[in-house]
Amino acid sequence: MLIKHAADIRPSEITSPELYADRRRFLRLAGAGTAALALGGPTELLAAQAGDLGPLVKSPFRVDEPLTPRKDVTRYNNFYEFGTDKGDPAINAHRMKTDPWTIKVEGLVGKPRTFDLDQIYKLAPLEERIYRLRCVEAWSMVIPWVGFPLSALLKAVEPLGSARYVEFVTLFDPKVMDTRPVLDWPYKEGLRLDEAMHPLTLMAVGLYGEVLPNQNGAPVRLVVPWKYGFKSAKSIVTIRLTDKQPNTSWNDAGPEEYGFYSNVNPDVDHPRWSQAKERRIGDFLKRKTLPFNGYADQVASMYAGMDLRKNF
Amino acid sequence: MTATTAPRSPSVKALSAGKISALKVLVFILSLIPLGLLLLAFFQDDLGANPIETITHATGDWTLRFLLITLAVTPLRKLTGWHWLLRLRRMLGLFTFFYAVLHFGTYIVLDQFFDWRAVVLDVLKRPYITVGFAAFVLLVPLAVTSTNAMVRRLGGRRWQALHRSVYGIAILGVVHYWWLVKADMFEPLIYALILAVLLGLRAWWREQERLRQRSAPPAQANGHRHIIPILPR
Repeated sequence: MLIKHAADIRPSEITSPELYADRRRFLRLAGAGTAALALGGPTELLAAQAGDLGPLVKSPFRVDEPLTPRKDVTRYNNFYEFGTDKGDPAINAHRMKTDPWTIKVEGLVGKPRTFDLDQIYKLAPLEERIYRLRCVEAWSMVIPWVGFPLSALLKAVEPLGSARYVEFVTLFDPKVMDTRPVLDWPYKEGLRLDEAMHPLTLMAVGLYGEVLPNQNGAPVRLVVPWKYGFKSAKSIVTIRLTDKQPNTSWNDAGPEEYGFYSNVNPDVDHPRWSQAKERRIGDFLKRKTLPFNGYADQVASMYAGMDLRKNF
Repeated sequence: MTATTAPRSPSVKALSAGKISALKVLVFILSLIPLGLLLLAFFQDDLGANPIETITHATGDWTLRFLLITLAVTPLRKLTGWHWLLRLRRMLGLFTFFYAVLHFGTYIVLDQFFDWRAVVLDVLKRPYITVGFAAFVLLVPLAVTSTNAMVRRLGGRRWQALHRSVYGIAILGVVHYWWLVKADMFEPLIYALILAVLLGLRAWWREQERLRQRSAPPAQANGHRHIIPILPR
């Protein structure tokens, strides 16, 4: 109740989303043509005023399944820093200020660097990719993300030969976030370097063609589609390359329940519930969960010879 | 059960039969509000992105809440002297069962869609479902024996012994919730604390009673007290 006052002025009211997006779009896309505008009818043009990300490269990484409606993607979120009910982040996350924003990239890299948002947006052409998202809680979505491969960012800092893992640290701002010690804040995630460099691993800045809503991890989040959703850390502020496997928040909270790898695997149950099936948001009947969330052809080779029951 | 086994205390009489009936109707209507709100949300397509989860959680929450409300009747009656509260307890207990049936039904029909193999595996392998299932099964005999005729058939003493299992059921219910939560223990903790208070008060009162018995002259503490159990206090 006491904090309400500070939240009276939403960041979105200070910087209008139009200005916010237009500036970036203009910087990035000057000269890129109006192809995207020509594609859409009047409704797309209207949507374009609310943080549209401009013409996007249509990535071949797109699953041919019905998209989860935008309202579900943006109102059903696990972002515990804004409350543990899945409806909470959509209500509370507007308090987070996402511009200016920087990502510090450090550790075992040749060129440690701090990127601001404009630099992040310019790292690589923004692509639209349609990925499945499988939550460890056994529900799933299909989401049209906008972003660029994490490898583009990592290549820019020139990882050293000794780097084997990538640690992601996310924003923890007690002024706008829930400070109860539900997890060990700030929220941390990690990948092996080869996982981080995999072409499927995405840094997302948007969804449904628009700037990422705060509750979905604005301004930049990780998306690793073959792993359970919690691996895809939101609102990243630091990326650290290391030679040791980093600690991760959920693994610290429950090492028996949430492994470092957390690859989607219907054969390895969460100790408290089955992972064999999932409910696609919007569906009534559950569907079978696919190994590596359906991305086995692309990623299974990275785990060849590993016991996936032990390295769950 | 009150009508057949409990001698009417003066304060029960103090509330006229008409007022008791009116009160029962009111409690009945209030108890249907959670279901009403769920139905309203369903017809307005307002159950969120995962309606089955919403329904499962809502019916589970209300089962636990009604269970705790039912268990609060006796302590509240003792603390306030409102003995008429007892006349509402059976209905509250049956609403606990009503929401438990909805919760269990949601799980079987909406969540698992009669996938009995998955249900059996869940009950055997998932501790939180095991205890939840046990709590539900244990509620059934309590609901079945809730009628006056059943109280008469069982006899007050056996009926009372059977219905004391509700304390264990409540513990199972809270454990069921505790074990299914991923990280944020705040809400299950609230339920656990309320249950601890409700059971703690009973334990304390029983202990006081025991001490009073012990200090009383042996002639008055020869065990006859236990032969005429009235109602759980």
